[in-house]
Amino acid sequence: MTSNLAAILYLIAGVCFIMALRGLSSPTTARSGNIFGIAGMVIAVGTTLGQPGVEDYLWIGVGIVVGGLIGTVIALRIRMTAMPQLVAGFHSLVGLAAVLVAGAALYAPETFHIGTPGDIRLVSRIEMCFGVVIGALTFTGSVVAFAKLQELVTGAPLVFRGQHMLNLALIIAIVALGAVFSVEQQESVFWAMTGLALIFGVLLIVPIGGADMPVVISMLNSYSGWAAAGIGFTLENTVLIIVGALVGSAGAILSYIMCRAMNRSFISVILGGFGTDSSRAVTATDRTHKAGSADDAAFIMRNAGTVVIVPGYGLAVAQAQHAIREMAGMLQKEGVDVRYAIHPVAGRMPGHMNVLLAEANVPYDEVFELEDINSDMPNTDVALVIGANDVVNPVAKTDPQSPIAGMPILDVELCKTVLFVKRSLAPGYAGIDNPVFYRDNTMMLFGDAKKMVEEIVKSL
Amino acid sequence: MEHVLELNPLVIAVTIFVLAVFVGYYVVWSVTPALHTPLMSVTNAISSVIIVGALLAATPAEGSVVAKILGGIAVGLAAVNIFGGFTVTQRMLVMFKKKK
Repeated sequence: MTSNLAAILYLIAGVCFIMALRGLSSPTTARSGNIFGIAGMVIAVGTTLGQPGVEDYLWIGVGIVVGGLIGTVIALRIRMTAMPQLVAGFHSLVGLAAVLVAGAALYAPETFHIGTPGDIRLVSRIEMCFGVVIGALTFTGSVVAFAKLQELVTGAPLVFRGQHMLNLALIIAIVALGAVFSVEQQESVFWAMTGLALIFGVLLIVPIGGADMPVVISMLNSYSGWAAAGIGFTLENTVLIIVGALVGSAGAILSYIMCRAMNRSFISVILGGFGTDSSRAVTATDRTHKAGSADDAAFIMRNAGTVVIVPGYGLAVAQAQHAIREMAGMLQKEGVDVRYAIHPVAGRMPGHMNVLLAEANVPYDEVFELEDINSDMPNTDVALVIGANDVVNPVAKTDPQSPIAGMPILDVELCKTVLFVKRSLAPGYAGIDNPVFYRDNTMMLFGDAKKMVEEIVKSL
Repeated sequence: MEHVLELNPLVIAVTIFVLAVFVGYYVVWSVTPALHTPLMSVTNAISSVIIVGALLAATPAEGSVVAKILGGIAVGLAAVNIFGGFTVTQRMLVMFKKKK
């Protein structure tokens, strides 16, 4: 295969990958988008295997078959609630693969036409540094994120004195070693730099708390893209550069969307420590709330014209998605208009709640994003809030001192009646009381989300 | 035309990179928020196109054994991601159905 033909085939693969992302603009085109993605991958791999110098098919065949089997089995068995861990785990593999490929380029540069061992081109050396450093920190950072999400370690942020200084020192050391390697190209310097980047990846993620996980996953997604692009520069491979840029920007945009949804700046998320402020006592209140039963809730909703369901992660934890779907179906049979309102950080990663509802057979055209449904709240008879709290807390709009100040919220307080399914009056993640609990038109339904919804279903 | 042939490959690579960042920016903003999780799993799968580098490192019959081993492991890791990423994305996308 001539290198011109290979370049054109890589370009076609790159276009396929763009089409794969483009398809996700609507659920109707998304599946064909995924086919484009697979086609792009087949073209890219096939083109590479047709290159001169590709000889040992057995060795790579073993890698593809073993890896492919493991990946397929995991993907088929993973529960949708565990999606964030899975994605974090996959990011770590991309990071590690980038490190290994950069390492291979160090020992066999002639394979990639970037020089000979001990005499690699200067530009390629610099590019290798970028690829291996970003890859290494993506690897360990994702492993830490995985461990936190899988609850192998505590999700609480780990902060210690001098943390930022240590990180700064590490960055300086990594840059210095990178400069030394670019000039002298010793293998030991290369691996020392990689080792420091591995440590840096851990330190980057440990101070970030559970509430900020949606940002962390998006951020690591972005890093895995930049790592791929870095390797693409080293290998002068266009499809890798294109994909790296696509994935890098995708992760960056998702990080931005998640930060905006929590009204947090990216810098403050990175610096970490959110959720450690335990000094902030919840103001004790003697305000009264109204508690109700499942029968009351069933009665109110059956006689309502429009119901908006606001699911939070508590719904997924209680595995109440299917019960809520059944409840919505019964209400719809009685002529009630039922819709779902999703806050961008309702789940543990961007779009997580949409997937969890889709899994419970909730049609996607009944599910609305915050900005699409908020203006309709004043015309809504009943809001049923399940397993969510901070995302419907109007304090975000009224109290500039609050930790969630400025965070966009679902305006359930504007609905005629609010039903709140909750275990107790305890505050949510951000540790602040919710005034909606104490309003005259709010009814608290205390109990486990799943049991409560099942009881409502029975009463209907 | 000779001056075109003298163009530094790095310049070409940077050109492609910058344009692809812009393409990515606009394409990703057009993705519906409901599909942000599949977006993440599919970008996961396609970023494993890094397998092309791993394949080249793993296949020479002669040469550095270290590079061959590193490349082989990288092939396996990327394959986990490719098969896993596309499969789980497909699993999620078939769940998104319209109202009957």
